[in-house]
Amino acid sequence: MTTLGLIFAVLTERIRWATAFKLVLFMPMAVSLLAAGVIFRLVYEQDPDKGVANAILTTIHDTFSSSQGYPGARPRENDLAPAVVDDGAVVAKQPAEPGKPVLIPLVGLPPASLEGAAAAKAATPGPGEIGGTVWLDVVHGGGGTVNQVDAEEKGLAGITVEAVSDGVVKATTETAADGTFTFTGLPPGAYQIRLPKSNFEEPFNGLAWLGPTLITPAIIGAYVWVWAGFAMVLIAAGLSAIPRDALEAARIDGATEWQVFRRITVPLLAPVLLVVFVTMIINVLKVFDLVFIIAPGSVQPQANVIALEMWRVSFGGGGNQGLGSALAVFLLVLVIPFMIFNIRRFRRDER
Amino acid sequence: MTTAAAAPTGIRRSLAGRIVDRIGGGLVQVFMVLVAIFWLVPTLGLLVVSLRAEEDNNASGWWTVFTKPAQLTFENYANLLASGFTSSFWNTVLIAVPSTILVIVIAAMAAYAFAWIEFPGRDMLFLIVVALLVAPIQIALIPIAKLYGSLGIFGSILGVVLFHVAFGLPFAIFLLRNFFVGIPRELLEAARMDGSPEWRIFATVVFPLAKPAIASLGIFQFLWVWNDLLVALVFADTENQPMTKALQSQMRQFGTNVDILAPGAFLSLLIPLILFFAFQRYFVQGMLAGSVK
Repeated sequence: MTTLGLIFAVLTERIRWATAFKLVLFMPMAVSLLAAGVIFRLVYEQDPDKGVANAILTTIHDTFSSSQGYPGARPRENDLAPAVVDDGAVVAKQPAEPGKPVLIPLVGLPPASLEGAAAAKAATPGPGEIGGTVWLDVVHGGGGTVNQVDAEEKGLAGITVEAVSDGVVKATTETAADGTFTFTGLPPGAYQIRLPKSNFEEPFNGLAWLGPTLITPAIIGAYVWVWAGFAMVLIAAGLSAIPRDALEAARIDGATEWQVFRRITVPLLAPVLLVVFVTMIINVLKVFDLVFIIAPGSVQPQANVIALEMWRVSFGGGGNQGLGSALAVFLLVLVIPFMIFNIRRFRRDER
Repeated sequence: MTTAAAAPTGIRRSLAGRIVDRIGGGLVQVFMVLVAIFWLVPTLGLLVVSLRAEEDNNASGWWTVFTKPAQLTFENYANLLASGFTSSFWNTVLIAVPSTILVIVIAAMAAYAFAWIEFPGRDMLFLIVVALLVAPIQIALIPIAKLYGSLGIFGSILGVVLFHVAFGLPFAIFLLRNFFVGIPRELLEAARMDGSPEWRIFATVVFPLAKPAIASLGIFQFLWVWNDLLVALVFADTENQPMTKALQSQMRQFGTNVDILAPGAFLSLLIPLILFFAFQRYFVQGMLAGSVK
């Protein structure tokens, strides 16, 4: 937190709209932790259609791995089926021959999910080309010939198809709207057609921010959001008190900007950084509202902090005021070193 | 920051150096814009969610509003105000305003005494005030709850106000005393020479000078009380509960209550935000002065 505040404080000196930036970062300080909790409950909502954190994550994920996503699609499990499942991927049994279409019929998808998809078409690869069709080999309402492309059957668009030779992927393509694919310009050789696993994975739905494993980082994120502005403003005030000529002198002596920062700015700022650090520690020790609001009841045990536990055992249904008092005293003991620190600092300033 | 600031020296500046400067500066700009967006988006999200009907919020993310602004409605706010939320709003006001005024009045007098009147044990007492600055609020909850129980004010607004005043005072006294100490001694000596009583000096000399400090303190204390949840949770009955507690009680069914929680939370942070933007100078000053709280 102190580091982040330092980074922001140093960087704000570089931009023209520093005042506006400080205002924006400082604003959460005025907001109640309850409101901040509600805000972050919305941010961390699991469903990527509602929670902005997961919406951004899924967007990034989908940009880098464009999985059309046909979870559940699989070949028929009998000896006649021309393709089998191999370690999550679907592989054609016969090696591909140029000019002869590779048929990969799949089942396991509800036909309704493909409503509006183009009808499957039998591929007609030219001589020297490897091509084929990936389609849903099911006719809605029954009928059709198994393992043959029938007129009413739908092609599976956007499926990644790999041509594999000796275990190495030599070429990759995607199926068209009618489920057909073609490899052109492949050097002659024995190729196997494979539909990699990614085609059949569940679509990425983001992270369970409010689940038991991520709840602590999630709360830390919200906490940083609230307090970074405070750290930044304090450190910025400290920065402006550093004499300019010390920095200039070092620069003229040929110090790099990093050296100036490391050897002059940070040592001169050290007292301010210490105050910010101590203040943040005290605040974090007392944190209650944010944990109480953000963590859903079921994961509160994983997110528990002293202040929350103290409230829970003595007021929130527990009624055990003895244990509550003990926890409060424990909290006080944790804070005492910082009390002494403050008194010392105050006495020094008074002299 | 490594590159952009090399410029002012004017030494060792090759063309390549300048290009790096330009790009570095640009990167800093982009980074800062991203950070600012990151800081703004959550609050914006709350506002938009509070302005969308329940069905819309269940069906799609709030950001779709930018393509379909027709979704916006004040329905949630109307429902909220009709549901008795206003009474908890008034409770918040009834708690926050007296707490702030009491703290300012008491702290101003105490700070004046600490700064300008000699009395035995003054320094020791003030060190206790400094120590209390960081005392966690939790240590007082149970004893005060017992005390309030025997006094018969447990659950009342009075009890909540008194607790806030008690816990606001150390910081308030500390802040004002440090400001009062900075007032030139001659001003006070002159007034004392004229034979003015202490309360007159306080009212005519110190108080007008201390207005900025008092403004900082007032805003701080007001926001602190306005935003408090823990004290209200322990000491306020349901009929006396402030907004924070009323909203908290809706948290359990977060998923189904967004249409109440979002506008409620936004209303509760509206007043702090207005105060913050109107008086941000005092706010920052208070923060700097009392960075130990």
